[in-house]
Amino acid sequence: MILAALFFYLFAGVCVASAFMVIAAKNPVHSVLFLILAFVSASGLFVLLGAEFLAMILIVVYVGAVAVLFLFVVMMLDVDFAELRQGFLNYLPVGALIGALVLVELLLVVGAWVIGAGVPKTITAPIPPMDAITNTEALGLVLYTRYVYYFQAAGIVLLVAMVGAIVLTLQHRARVKRQDMAAQVRRTKAEAMEVVKVRSGQGLT
Amino acid sequence: MSPIVEMPALLPALPEILLVVGAMALLMVGAYRENSVQLVNGCAFALLVLAALVVYALPSGRIVTFGGGFVLDDFARVLKILTLAGSAATIALARDYQAAERQEKFEFAILILLSTTGMLMLISAADLIALYLGLELMSLALYVVAASNRDSIRSTEAGLKYFVLGALSSGMLLYGASLIYGFTGTVNFAGIAKAAGQGGLGLTFGLVFLFAGFCFKVSAVPFHMWTPDVYEGAPTPVTAFFASAPKIAAIAIFVRAPITAFPEITPQWQQIVVFVSIASMVLGAFAAIGQRNIKRLMAYSAIGHMGFALIGLAAATPEGVQGVIVYMGIYLAMTLGTFACILSMRTSHGLVENISDLAGLARTKPGMAFFLATMMFSLAGIPPLAGFFAKYFVFLAAIKAGLYALAVIGVLASVVGAYYYLLIVKVMYFDEAAEPFERMPGLLKVVTGVTGIFVLLFFVYPAPLVSAAAAAAKSLF
Amino acid sequence: MYQAIVFLPLLGCIVAALISIAGARARHPGADPAPGAEDHATDLGPHTGGGAPSPHGDHAVIHHATHEDHPVAPPAAGSRAAELVTTLFLFVATVLSWMAFYRVGFGHQDSREVLLAWIYSADLKVDWGIRVDTLTAVMLVVVTTVSAFVHLYSIGYMEEDPHRPRFFSYLSLFTFAMLMLVTADNLVQLFFGWEGVGLASYLLIGFWYHKPEANAAAIKAFVVNRVGDFGFALGIFAVFMMTGAVDLDTVFAQAPSLTAKTIDFFGWHADAMTLICLLLFMGAMGKSAQFLLHTWLPDAMEGPTPVSALIHAATMVTAGVFMVARLSPLFELAPNAQAFVTLVGATTAFFAATVGLVQNDIKRVVAYSTCSQLGYMFVAMGVGAYSVGMFHLFTHAFFKALLFLGSGSVIHAMHHEQDMRKMGGLRDKLPVTYVCMLIGTLALTGFPLTAGYYSKDAIIEAAAAGHNPFAGYAFAMTVIAALLTSFYSWRLVFMTFHGKPADKHAHEHAHESPWVILIPLIFLSAGSIFAGLPFKELFAGEKVAEFFRESLKFGPDNHILHDMHGLHWSIPYIPTVMMAIGFLVAWQFYIRRPDIPASLARTQEPLYRFLLNKWYFDELYDLIFVRPALWLGRVLWKGGDGRIIDGLGPDGVSARVLDVTRSVVRLQTGYLYHYAFAMLIGIAGLITWFMFAGSH
Repeated sequence: MILAALFFYLFAGVCVASAFMVIAAKNPVHSVLFLILAFVSASGLFVLLGAEFLAMILIVVYVGAVAVLFLFVVMMLDVDFAELRQGFLNYLPVGALIGALVLVELLLVVGAWVIGAGVPKTITAPIPPMDAITNTEALGLVLYTRYVYYFQAAGIVLLVAMVGAIVLTLQHRARVKRQDMAAQVRRTKAEAMEVVKVRSGQGLT
Repeated sequence: MSPIVEMPALLPALPEILLVVGAMALLMVGAYRENSVQLVNGCAFALLVLAALVVYALPSGRIVTFGGGFVLDDFARVLKILTLAGSAATIALARDYQAAERQEKFEFAILILLSTTGMLMLISAADLIALYLGLELMSLALYVVAASNRDSIRSTEAGLKYFVLGALSSGMLLYGASLIYGFTGTVNFAGIAKAAGQGGLGLTFGLVFLFAGFCFKVSAVPFHMWTPDVYEGAPTPVTAFFASAPKIAAIAIFVRAPITAFPEITPQWQQIVVFVSIASMVLGAFAAIGQRNIKRLMAYSAIGHMGFALIGLAAATPEGVQGVIVYMGIYLAMTLGTFACILSMRTSHGLVENISDLAGLARTKPGMAFFLATMMFSLAGIPPLAGFFAKYFVFLAAIKAGLYALAVIGVLASVVGAYYYLLIVKVMYFDEAAEPFERMPGLLKVVTGVTGIFVLLFFVYPAPLVSAAAAAAKSLF
Repeated sequence: MYQAIVFLPLLGCIVAALISIAGARARHPGADPAPGAEDHATDLGPHTGGGAPSPHGDHAVIHHATHEDHPVAPPAAGSRAAELVTTLFLFVATVLSWMAFYRVGFGHQDSREVLLAWIYSADLKVDWGIRVDTLTAVMLVVVTTVSAFVHLYSIGYMEEDPHRPRFFSYLSLFTFAMLMLVTADNLVQLFFGWEGVGLASYLLIGFWYHKPEANAAAIKAFVVNRVGDFGFALGIFAVFMMTGAVDLDTVFAQAPSLTAKTIDFFGWHADAMTLICLLLFMGAMGKSAQFLLHTWLPDAMEGPTPVSALIHAATMVTAGVFMVARLSPLFELAPNAQAFVTLVGATTAFFAATVGLVQNDIKRVVAYSTCSQLGYMFVAMGVGAYSVGMFHLFTHAFFKALLFLGSGSVIHAMHHEQDMRKMGGLRDKLPVTYVCMLIGTLALTGFPLTAGYYSKDAIIEAAAAGHNPFAGYAFAMTVIAALLTSFYSWRLVFMTFHGKPADKHAHEHAHESPWVILIPLIFLSAGSIFAGLPFKELFAGEKVAEFFRESLKFGPDNHILHDMHGLHWSIPYIPTVMMAIGFLVAWQFYIRRPDIPASLARTQEPLYRFLLNKWYFDELYDLIFVRPALWLGRVLWKGGDGRIIDGLGPDGVSARVLDVTRSVVRLQTGYLYHYAFAMLIGIAGLITWFMFAGSH
């Protein structure tokens, strides 16, 4: 138990610290790396909670795909973050004030959080005991049945994202010549060649 | 241990299913057929109309499905029909614009369809997850269409601003949702309502964050900052879309969530709504005066009108909700009519957007000037036009609920607001004629005519909208 | 019959107004009438000859009249039609009025008719009604007779004016309003007529609206009358407050019970009857141009001369006298108010006569004379001799209208020259006018056996016999005024008709007026002579009680008519002696020694100036009222309205709105992080609110 608590605080501390560094780091590449660290710490927290599926997904999707993509983009775009940060100090005091205010208030509220007597009972979905079933299986049991609506909706959201990405980026340039392999393969000799008898001394046309 | 889950009833969600399936089919058509823009547009329009008919024909009563995540009641029915009407009108409005501006993209109609699906889901959402998914589906498509004129810097800027701020607002909403879940142990509205009594201050905080998300979507102050820039930058049909259907969906969830999920802490959320309402009305009235661009002006107008609509919610009574629905119905007609006119502001040099371009319209195009003036008078709330009744219902509800200060401020704000609406009328009727506009396309004429007649003659037979709104409001309480 | 008397002029007014409006399109005085109108008339003539009050009927009447009276179509057919219709209606009304006079005065058939309900609001019940008793009948006769002659006269006098239909419409409107006034059965209808004649007077004084003086005079008349009307309205309110009714019978019935009551006003306890009567008399002072509110009358001479004759001599200005007579049951109960009436009347009689001495404008002399004679009437009213006052009103209407119309004839002959100094020797040129003016002057000065002799002497006798505190003063003033009257009247005659022509050229071109002008003069001359003796007994003799019956009320202690006969033998001769002295002095000044007036004016410069400038009343009012009012107006306009109301009101608010707008618009920077920050501040603000304002 103590060990678990120790790791919880370790992961939690690293997660918060690296999240802070994401916005504090001067070099954008460092920011992304800190982001990856934050994801990893979060997945550690999931493991501690026994949600190993989520932990793995977090590593695979966020660290493996999203964050790496971020890294590529940041490297390719060569954004001058120093320039973007100009004026940061101007807004720091008031920003810090607002941030601190919200933080303190949230801490006060969450610190005073007592789970009400009725709350555990109102939890709608009965979670299967963890020793009876792996949580991957547990997710699978509800994802396509009980939560099919949400699942499909999320799917449509992703579809929209895809369509949107294509709409915003795909350009059909009129003057660009594209390769059409099927057309190339379908070509016959008759279409591709024209035999012209050329009389000497006269040229074509 | 294999829990058997019954097949959920799909019938209540038939309009959404219809739209999604149709959208995907049209996506295929568009992707594999050359020059299919008109076809896709036409089919999308037909689909939206069909969906509206289906909504109308669905069995009555309150039906809950998908494990409590989806509810179909009279409230959802009325607002879904309004939303679908708004979306369909947008597609009609967009047709001639796209042709003239060489922006014929079949994806536009698809995105509208998918966004509309999101709106319908949002209207029917009965728990926080469905709420978020619907909201996100709606918004994501909106981000894309805002930037759809990607060769225009202003359009892409609008899309980007909307996206970033929208993401921020989604974050806030999610944060609020997680707080609410944390303090009540459930995401279901009914469950939250049961547990809300013991939520304490944490629940109120969650509510604040949740409302921040809603306010962003309805562009209520202080979460309105995106509105003028996006309205101005986005292509005009998209602006018309922003101003109509998504507002109705967002207002719908703005009404449904607090009334069904937080009846226990009504005084708290009433305070927020009152504040937001006053701030929106006042800012909408004052800021619009300084505008030269009519789309920007309509943005502030929309902000102000959302403030007026929220007066009804602030009352937190069936009359208030009825007022909100009536308001949104009339607002939809006024907005679409106005944008149909704005889309007709086309000179030989292309589309113009400044108020000064309307100068002397009464002489060059008396019909259009008359309809636009009607819209302006109605937006200003001058009897006997529909806009007056919209305000009348919400003010009446506020008075009955004892919110005298709110009603008085609302009336004063509408006085200030009347200035800039009437200014447009003045410019059209009394100023020296500017360059005349080209002929108004037929579809725009239809939209202008239908909305104009609705606005003009609403007072003759207001019963359909008012009684439907009354029934819808009753279904929430 | 009474309805016909009252409403025929209204009908004439409407007809003339329609013609005027229709003619306004053409705007041309001599424009032909629309051919359509003529056709209509021809078509409809046979079966609408009766003059039914329908649009077609109007044309038919025009048609009729044109053909019967003037076979040759005159150039201004529309105008002529308007003239004839209104004049014809007036003559019909006159005939009916004399019949009514006979029926009521001698047949004793008083009449009350309710025409329509007008105002029914809680306790206030007002009807349109016609009340005809002897008092009304006298007024009906005066009004319709003079009006009819003035209409006729105007046909000639206004010949060259392009706006005749409008003029005749106004004249008929005035007559209608005046008849409404005299037939009123309640105070509110009386007030309606009162304001109606005021309106018509305003319109007619300003008839030549392109003349700035005419406009100024019209406005002056209107405004000064408002002062009086304010008092009148307050008087009506006070009557309603005390009695709860405005109809005359109820008020008169309740009046005796009010004698001991008071009206409390800001801690000031005023005797009810006295206050009411004084307020009502204030209205009479304005309308009848009594001392202090007289300034508008001389200026009103800017209007066309027939207007002066009708409104500012014979009828409207006597409305105040009529009103006091009508309300005699009230005044009888307020001796203090009666004393005040006497004081004002006597002062006016004297004051106006002194001013009349030195005026050079022929119409102004007559105007001041009118003012003075009205003072006489009020003296009679004040001492309780109501019937005597009415007698003078009756006779005065004839000879004063005659004098005005005669002056008009002179002016017409002299091509609109009004300055007597430029006239002279017109006796030969205008023989008929001269004779008529002579008759008028004799009547005015009270030459024995003329109408004025009986009525004026009766007033002076009444003043001598009166018992109220100012009766002695009134007697002295009226006697002196009689002298002055004689002097200035003869001065007018001598300067105008005798002596050498001052302006040879004008004199040569002077010509006698046409018959349409002279006929009214002749008839009025007859009236000036014969309106006295036959009516003496009815108005001032033994038959008063029988003639007037209930329409005038003499209190139990009022024996004035009886006392008049018990005076010292010399008193009835005093006015006649005064008249003779006045005549001789005038003869001495203007015929024998024409240099005396000039040298007198030189030696008595201050007095002369004082009189010439009408006791400096205009200047005084200018100083006391007009300038401060203008100053106050300017202060309130520039400071109050401009700076305070506009500055803090519309202008200030709109400027603040723009300021707010500017700052709000400046918030919209376009920077994404500003927007995001605004959202965060909103969130922070809301949760801080709930943190501290407390949601529990």
